[in-house]
Amino acid sequence: MKVIVDLELCQDHGQCVIAAPEVFRMDENSKLVYDADPDESMRRYVEDAVDVCPLQAITIED
Amino acid sequence: MVVAGAGLGGLRAAEQLRAQGFTGEITVVGDEPYPPYNRPPLSKEALLSSGDAVRAAELAASLAFRPRAAAGDVRWRLGRTVVAADLTARSITLDDGEVLGWGALVVATGLRPRRLPQTAPARGRHTIRTAADAAGLRHEVRPGVRVVVVGGGFVGCEAAATLAALGCAVSVVEPLPVPMVRGVGHRVGAALLEHHRAAGVQFVTGTGVSRLIGGRPGHPDADRVRGVVLDDGRTLDADLVVESVGSQATVEWLDGNGLDLTDGVVCDNHLRVEGRADVVAVGDVARFPNPRFDSVPRRVEHWCIPGETARRAAGTLIAHLNGTALPDASFAPLPSFWSDQFGLRLQSFGAPGLADRVEVLEGELGQLPAGVAVGCHRGGEVVGVILINIPPARHPGYRSLLSSAATPAAQLL
Ligand SMILES: Cc1cc2nc3c(=O)[nH]c(=O)nc-3n(C[C@H](O)[C@H](O)[C@H](O)COP(=O)(O)OP(=O)(O)OC[C@H]3O[C@@H](n4cnc5c(N)ncnc54)[C@H](O)[C@@H]3O)c2cc1C
Ligand code: SF4
Repeated sequence: MKVIVDLELCQDHGQCVIAAPEVFRMDENSKLVYDADPDESMRRYVEDAVDVCPLQAITIED
Repeated sequence: MVVAGAGLGGLRAAEQLRAQGFTGEITVVGDEPYPPYNRPPLSKEALLSSGDAVRAAELAASLAFRPRAAAGDVRWRLGRTVVAADLTARSITLDDGEVLGWGALVVATGLRPRRLPQTAPARGRHTIRTAADAAGLRHEVRPGVRVVVVGGGFVGCEAAATLAALGCAVSVVEPLPVPMVRGVGHRVGAALLEHHRAAGVQFVTGTGVSRLIGGRPGHPDADRVRGVVLDDGRTLDADLVVESVGSQATVEWLDGNGLDLTDGVVCDNHLRVEGRADVVAVGDVARFPNPRFDSVPRRVEHWCIPGETARRAAGTLIAHLNGTALPDASFAPLPSFWSDQFGLRLQSFGAPGLADRVEVLEGELGQLPAGVAVGCHRGGEVVGVILINIPPARHPGYRSLLSSAATPAAQLL
């Protein structure tokens, strides 16, 4: 699956990190880094991350 | 399946019913003419960045949620109000007289802002809950306009910061000694007050608004607000008044069914409405017990709650419809809330409002922009943490203070 985060929108809330820590992470500078091509088994968690992002910055492109 | 209310909670309920395997028909009824959209930006960046000609429809479209694909076959009845429900006959009635039957009902009608009791003057007065509210306010905002914000809660303080950034001369009137007390307590509220004042927002605390002043009688602007009279007799001039004096749950359509509707809809930990297996409530309107804190049912007006309650409530309804057992595990979501005010990003976890004592864990309350972390205690427990301008990479450490509820924060650090 393909994951895209609109980094223009993203305000580094980190809610996605709570929902899917295997895919999203905050680096030492508190900037979001993420796996753009996670394993299919992560879909549930990535869908949760999409839901909880307050800026609605995350999209899944199959 | 009928969902009453087409906000975040209604959308997430429909999505979760599909995600958890419900294949029957789902109809969502919402009184706003727009598909579900994101409200928090209405007092923050969306109010700031939209021009004074912005239309409500544009604003709602720019903030619209992208529903999950699985919810593509949900039927939306938008611009329609649910006026009554009959829980015995299992039906709801819409404003145009249409009656919809249901096998299960989701209550997701959220809140509406409270208003000041005075009805006149009517013009120049605003609330901020919907895209239409925010557009209506934005139309009247120009640099130099004098705004009185009545009520210094989160929405009021965010609006004050945004309107000041748009060049308005803003005063906030708050009856308590400091703003946002319910959310952050006295010490943090006092620090936020200083920050706002330094940024140029005037605060009048410890007094309420007793009366609105209109234009001269007979004058074309007689019905337009000109100022406010405070409880202590002082007056403040105003071209606009923003009423942010709290909200009340939208539940009148459930009247006549013998439910306790004093403050939202009382639910059990499965989000089932008192004594009903086929009616659940989600989002701001749901008053449910969170065993993380105690057994008292409470409403939680946080953005994260519609999603969490919808997931739980959808599971509850599906178990009911399939005749299977409800999950044993209790539902104990960790409330999380954020707010943006004058360059400060405030993030809270847990329920700081329940605390009897706060403890500064990092930084200084007089230096909010540099970063402050505060632990909120009830007796020996940490019930909340408030983080202001703390980098998100360090949030998990603070959040974990809450998972071991009975340990004082200082021992964990
Ligand atoms: C200006 C503002 C700023 C906010 N900022 C933050 C923030 O920074 N952080 C945070 O955590 N939370 C914030 N919130 C809170 C958050 O937006 C809410 O918790 C969330 O929107 C609740 O969703 P809901 O679906 O329960 O209710 P709502 O979003 O209110 O949805 C309910 C819907 O049902 C409709 N409805 C009501 N009655 C009927 C009826 N009888 N028939 C048909 N439809 C009906 C309503 O019009 C509405 O569209 C903010 C809220 C506002 C208004
Ligand atoms: S939740 Fe959204 S805004 Fe926050 S870090 Fe993730 S993508 Fe960015």
